[in-house]
Amino acid sequence: MGKLPENIAHFGRLLRDAGLPVGPGHLIDALEAVEVAGVSSREDFRSLLHAVFVSKHEQSVIFHAAFDLFWKKRGFIEKLIAMMSPLAEPQKQSAKPAPGATRLAEALAKNRPKREPPPEIEHDMRLTMSGDEVLQKKDFAQMSVEELRRAEKVIARLHLPEDELRTRRFRADARGGRLDPRASLRLALSRGGDMFQLARREPVMRPPPLVALCDISGSMSEYSRVFLHFLHRLTDERQRVETFLFGTRLTNVTRALRHRDIDAALAQVSSAVPDWSGGTRIGASLHAFNQQWSRRVLGQGATVLLFTDGLEREGIEQLSFEIGRLHRSCRRLIWLNPLLRYDGFEAKASGIRAILPHVDEFRSVHRLASLQDLAEALSRPVLRRKSDPRVWLKKASA
Amino acid sequence: MTALPASIDETLALLTRGGYVADRSLATVVFLSLKMGRPLFLEGEAGVGKTEIAKVLASTLGRKLIRLQCYEGLDVSSAVYEWDYARQMMAIRLAEASGEQDRARIESDIFSERYLIKRPLLQALETCTEGPPVLLIDELDRTDEAFEAFLLEILSDFQVSVPELGTIRADHPPIVIITSNRTREVHDALKRRCLYHWVDYPDAARELEILRIKVPGADARLSREIVAFVQALRKVDLFKLPGVAETLDWASALTELDAVSLDPASIGDTLGVLLKYQDDIQKLQGSELQKTLEAAKAAVV
Repeated sequence: MGKLPENIAHFGRLLRDAGLPVGPGHLIDALEAVEVAGVSSREDFRSLLHAVFVSKHEQSVIFHAAFDLFWKKRGFIEKLIAMMSPLAEPQKQSAKPAPGATRLAEALAKNRPKREPPPEIEHDMRLTMSGDEVLQKKDFAQMSVEELRRAEKVIARLHLPEDELRTRRFRADARGGRLDPRASLRLALSRGGDMFQLARREPVMRPPPLVALCDISGSMSEYSRVFLHFLHRLTDERQRVETFLFGTRLTNVTRALRHRDIDAALAQVSSAVPDWSGGTRIGASLHAFNQQWSRRVLGQGATVLLFTDGLEREGIEQLSFEIGRLHRSCRRLIWLNPLLRYDGFEAKASGIRAILPHVDEFRSVHRLASLQDLAEALSRPVLRRKSDPRVWLKKASA
Repeated sequence: MTALPASIDETLALLTRGGYVADRSLATVVFLSLKMGRPLFLEGEAGVGKTEIAKVLASTLGRKLIRLQCYEGLDVSSAVYEWDYARQMMAIRLAEASGEQDRARIESDIFSERYLIKRPLLQALETCTEGPPVLLIDELDRTDEAFEAFLLEILSDFQVSVPELGTIRADHPPIVIITSNRTREVHDALKRRCLYHWVDYPDAARELEILRIKVPGADARLSREIVAFVQALRKVDLFKLPGVAETLDWASALTELDAVSLDPASIGDTLGVLLKYQDDIQKLQGSELQKTLEAAKAAVV
């Protein structure tokens, strides 16, 4: 096998640094796979390593790039083929690894340029909107201990409306509505068979998956910290929470938010998202979501939290089409709008008018300074007059 | 029972013999999975032939195919085993009537394998005369996480624990194929135990070959046009791209209608076979259809 284990280990490390979840188990599998299948061509070697290291379709791109980069100049695969196949001509000149190749591999793995933290950008772009793409990074202020403690309390009290779904699983419940034959029989046996007491069971209730679509454009920038904090707590607290951020493009930040530490999570989110506080393209972002993600995350009766001001200037037609599709693909669509600061609000903006007919529930936050305000807005019982989108629509057209 | 293939080329030949036109990377993972005894995790859009792989493997290797169709709420009693309560109760009554007093004996008797109803996963662990069966766990993404977690034990150790009976272990692990349409992400822990492969739409040459094998009645020129049109269609921004299954259905439909060449009218009449969303059908009406058709015709010539 020669240097193969070492090289595969290096390759694995490169993949890990590129963000693939590669552990020692994968390396052992890779070696076993090579041993079992042998290596007869470069492409076979590629698919063999692919089968072991990749576990998601998205990772393929990174894998292939890394494969080309790592196994290119080393003449290693050719040597491997020669070694493993008795028929192949032995190579006349044992191809030496190109000078510095090992160092290059190490360098690839380690000395990636460190990104300088961008200067803090302060904008006051309240109520401004544009479709222009402005790519910039964002620094979040670190969380204080006090803030974290309060957040925990708030989330513990959070109660989303209609947040229980009956599953098709059952648990034992003496007052349940259904018979449990298996438990009944065991019970009967333990009592000697004279008395037959029936055991009952009840379907398990559980909260549906939650998908948050959060607008991070300029007009919403002051709320993103609160909202991300909220989603981080929520991701920690309950299962099946997916978070997407969009300004001019859509980014899935679910993995980043799974980081236990809020500051680390926010830093990861910040570096993953290229379009902080830029323009808005709600329609285009929803299109991207519908095409790439809706079928993957909206299964099993998901509730969608749409967090945006709905201020879209262009592409109203697309927005209206895409929000309609989103509405049809999820169980419940809740729109949370932080810009409705006064009761006399009228849904005049065309973007808002396009979204309103397609949401199940419309919630406004009059003052969104903390997590508590957000949780309160979401826990508020469904009041017909206030959260029914049709009421708002009628008001605007009157 | 046919012996397992000894190389990637043999695997490719085996699949071809079963009427499955595979590309080399798929043949590689299939070979590895057979050789290493690892479950094969196939992910891909609907209608690209994921389930078919398991069927073809079972038929070409001469193994029994055991299929577990997943759905939400799938639980142990419908996936692994269930006790036959009615017969158990009858056995208790009979024991009573015959004056049987030994409770331990009754208990060990009614919780024996005779009263066990075996569901797919347990069946797959049994020894078959034809050799280890092919276990197809279809559309795993439709179940919930609880069932996934349960699969972990079966897939890594090929054993099931029945509390009343003990642990049932497979002498020879089955060939396991898991498919997913990716309507949700399957947990990493499960994927970790499998070999992963993304089944993509085939390229034009391979799709034509599939069409030739699966719809032998289709006209050669029409087949080429159909494949070119579908390939062009997959470049259009649609909500659901047509899969290979749709291509085959469409070819059969057009052949039934005695079409010899593609024209806007015949496409318009049969578009519902190819596209299953009204938005997509609407999008393709008019100039977009003309454009796609022209691109397809250009690709054929």
